[in-house]
Amino acid sequence: MSAEHLHDLTLTVNGVPHPVSVPARRLLSDALRHDIGLTGTHVGCEHGVCGCCTVLLDGQPVRSCLMFAVSARGHEITTVEGLAGPGGELNAVQRAFQECHGLQCGFCTPGFLMTVTALLAENPSPTEDEVVEGISGNLCRCTGYQNIVASVHRAAALMTDGAGEPRP
Amino acid sequence: MSKIDPEAVAEQAAETGQLSEGDEGTDRNVGAPRPRKEDAKLITGQTNWTDNIQLPGMLHMAIVRSPMAHARITRVDVSAAKQQPGVVAAYSGADLADEYTGLPCAWPVTADMVSPTHLPIATDKVRYVGDAVAVVVARDRYAAADALESVDVEYEPLPAVVDMEQALRDEVLVHDDAGTNRCFTWPFSGGDVEQAFAEADVVVKRRFLQQRLIPTAIEPRAVVVAPIAAADEYTLYSATQIPHILRLLVAGVTGIPEHKLRVVAPDVGGGFGSKLNVYAEEAIALVVARRLGRPLKWTESRSEGYQATIHGRDQIQDLELAATGDGRLLGFKVDLKADMGAYLQLVTPGVPILGAFMFPAIYKMDAYSFSCTGVFTTKTPTDAYRGAGRPEATFAIERMMDELAAELGMDPIELRRRNWITHEEFPYETVAGLTYDSGNYEAATDKAESAFGYAELRAEQKQRRESGDPVQLGIGISTYTEMCGLAPSRVLGSLSYGAGGWETASIRMLPSGKVEVVTGTSPHGQGHVTSWSQIAADVLGVPFDDVDVRHGDTAVAHSGLDSYGSRSLVVGGIAVHKAAERVIEKAKRIAAHMLEADEGDVEFADGRFSVRGSPDVSKTIQDVALAVFAAHDMPDGVEPNLDSECTFDPENFSFPHGTHLCAVEVDTETGHVGIRSYVAVDDVGRVVNPMIVEGQVHGGLAQGIAQALFEEAVYDPDGNLVTGSLVDYYVPGAPDLPEFTTDRTETPATSNPLGVKGVGEAGTIASTPAVVNAVVDALRHLGVDDVRMPCSPERVWRAIHRGGGGNGDGRAASAAQVTTSQSVVGGRQ
Repeated sequence: MSAEHLHDLTLTVNGVPHPVSVPARRLLSDALRHDIGLTGTHVGCEHGVCGCCTVLLDGQPVRSCLMFAVSARGHEITTVEGLAGPGGELNAVQRAFQECHGLQCGFCTPGFLMTVTALLAENPSPTEDEVVEGISGNLCRCTGYQNIVASVHRAAALMTDGAGEPRP
Repeated sequence: MSKIDPEAVAEQAAETGQLSEGDEGTDRNVGAPRPRKEDAKLITGQTNWTDNIQLPGMLHMAIVRSPMAHARITRVDVSAAKQQPGVVAAYSGADLADEYTGLPCAWPVTADMVSPTHLPIATDKVRYVGDAVAVVVARDRYAAADALESVDVEYEPLPAVVDMEQALRDEVLVHDDAGTNRCFTWPFSGGDVEQAFAEADVVVKRRFLQQRLIPTAIEPRAVVVAPIAAADEYTLYSATQIPHILRLLVAGVTGIPEHKLRVVAPDVGGGFGSKLNVYAEEAIALVVARRLGRPLKWTESRSEGYQATIHGRDQIQDLELAATGDGRLLGFKVDLKADMGAYLQLVTPGVPILGAFMFPAIYKMDAYSFSCTGVFTTKTPTDAYRGAGRPEATFAIERMMDELAAELGMDPIELRRRNWITHEEFPYETVAGLTYDSGNYEAATDKAESAFGYAELRAEQKQRRESGDPVQLGIGISTYTEMCGLAPSRVLGSLSYGAGGWETASIRMLPSGKVEVVTGTSPHGQGHVTSWSQIAADVLGVPFDDVDVRHGDTAVAHSGLDSYGSRSLVVGGIAVHKAAERVIEKAKRIAAHMLEADEGDVEFADGRFSVRGSPDVSKTIQDVALAVFAAHDMPDGVEPNLDSECTFDPENFSFPHGTHLCAVEVDTETGHVGIRSYVAVDDVGRVVNPMIVEGQVHGGLAQGIAQALFEEAVYDPDGNLVTGSLVDYYVPGAPDLPEFTTDRTETPATSNPLGVKGVGEAGTIASTPAVVNAVVDALRHLGVDDVRMPCSPERVWRAIHRGGGGNGDGRAASAAQVTTSQSVVGGRQ
């Protein structure tokens, strides 16, 4: 078997262009973590169920373990490392998760933060049912979700108060 | 405190922000909902998981696993794999057999226990789907995975044995040399059981099944080994709960001297017992790195982990409860079969034994007998999963209490009231020989009943039954206690456990007055950095933010016994408290010297040493720390440091308790169960951080409810794991779980100076029987007296339409005498 053909491309992550050289089958999650070194995106199942690897592609949440890096060419990728502002100030969702104890071990947390950031960008004041439905594609084994649901409502309140920008 | 209210959070955030700036008061941190120090890096993606680690020249390991549950290995040929692109090495089990011994089981529960050799890579037979048979090492993970297919393994298939009762017939032997699949039988009793049963007016007899569960820590396991070949030194990074125990034991397995092996548990993403082990991959990675002299990494895929990381529960429980006609308990007989799986992992046989002491629970009874038989099957090994033995015990007694209440026509809370230990009776020695130090079951139950609206819900239930509503209401009760805080070393010794139960903490006062706490506990989500900071800050009188906590690295914390069994606070936290007290004790001598006062006249409060009667003459703890660093004027014979250490060995277990009430709505037409309300009142003694405690309760409830309603590891008759991925194994998501109403009573533990009790497992232990009791209660008037877990719509529907347990015959008689309504174990569906 000959060596795999490598594709040279540029991935734009959190506004920064990253040139990478990857085989066609390289998962976006692996490219982010191991080629670019942005290890805030986590891999919990590699079969698209747990949601730990959720990133935003042009603002929409996608599972980076179900996507090839080469397919992300030309798109704007946002990861957890891109949520805080340029001075390190946390976005509303990050603040809310801390205030409401919406995380314990924290492994699922970046996936939730990305999902909720996109959810609130689309629906700034979700109902209880909309929150529960909105996070139903992410699994957490530590919290029982109650404080995550509270975190989403808190983030919505922070954004309404103008205390946090619904970045991106 | 039932639900986090965003407005209250805003106030609290403002308030705690102020507190953390200038809080120097004693006892002002313990009890406060301090925001977690851990969170900043977790919410910004700056964590250091094992799989993040990249080392120069690092190789990647992948493991060839058996696709068969039971087979003789006739040939393993790795030569083709070695020719694959990027492959550096490949080894069969035989190739590495001289590099290590078998993996350890630290809990030989009986002298005659069968403890089979458990090589990290199988050489003669494979014994479960997922058993390792070869290893491939390549330059990247993709290449290693590709090459697995090029390893040629020939098997001679043997019959699988997945059912414990079938295994006990010894027709198929998992371990040929043992001559039996019976691993051990462990008997235990207190009081005269036969006498108790002879005197009984009522005996309730049931068989309950504890289904097999998969812990599913959300971070997969991962291992990185960094060798320094020239010095024969190794660093093992592992997603483990037990870096210290792992260091000692894997050193023994690989022959690496303990002092040449450093074990690091970097950030670890959940454990629940699944990372409380010495795993094959840790040993394989070490010996392969030793051979190759190169760093290497292995990270499990989720499906791989579902086969190769331990499972939990899996018991058959045969139970008989004897009582008088007016509902006084007389005796309890417990006969267990516990599935070990194919091999013994670290504490596999000890798990049901931990439960042995908890079947009598909070109740007074004259006699108790217990027997457990451990059984080998061709399935993934079981081991500790959140609660480890106590959820099984609590389920058994709490389900039996509801069955007895039904038998007697008595309210299930009233039955419990008639039998529980009253608060005046503590300390209380149970029929199982434990001494419960404190508790107040009346207070917790009163609070729970009130929050739940028990009387109103009973009235609604009556109305729905009378009207024949297709959606029936059920109420489930669980008045639990559990033993945790593992553990007094002497007790562990008497149970033949291979280690003690102490914990070590060190305090290092830095010259600037900042504080480093080093703990032997190894957190993986529990927030020890925050809670230990609260404890140390209060004793030392320093601001919360001036304390940092170091953990999870044997080069930093040289001594420790790690985190499991809800032990970290009640053993490790107390060690922090005592070590901090030792700092103050020494600092007081030095302060007295600085103040030119007699030590007996020096008082310490709010971070300040002062002379009694002259509060203006004082030195702060920071003044003393700096003076010690300079060491220009120390008292004679006093060493110039303000460091201290404490190794705390508890005198007793910790016995949290509480009352959980669950209301379910069961659709009798579809079998769907919906939790309408859930009230948990827990008594975990004095609380260090109520926010963290509540989070632990929530997460525990989620896992206990998941056992009741959703999760089951299913094997087919050939030993294939049918639920081999997160697609098939139902870990609940947000829509599956109810909103919990939580509250507390606070009865301080008397067995430690802070009055604290463990909380990590309580929610899981309490909730499973509360939910199943509710499901059965909803359907009892339809002739249902059990529903096998998980209470899926299908099982519930079948139970309604057949009566009984949803998996067998319905109850034949309702007379108050011996009833034998057992759910028959057929093939596992």
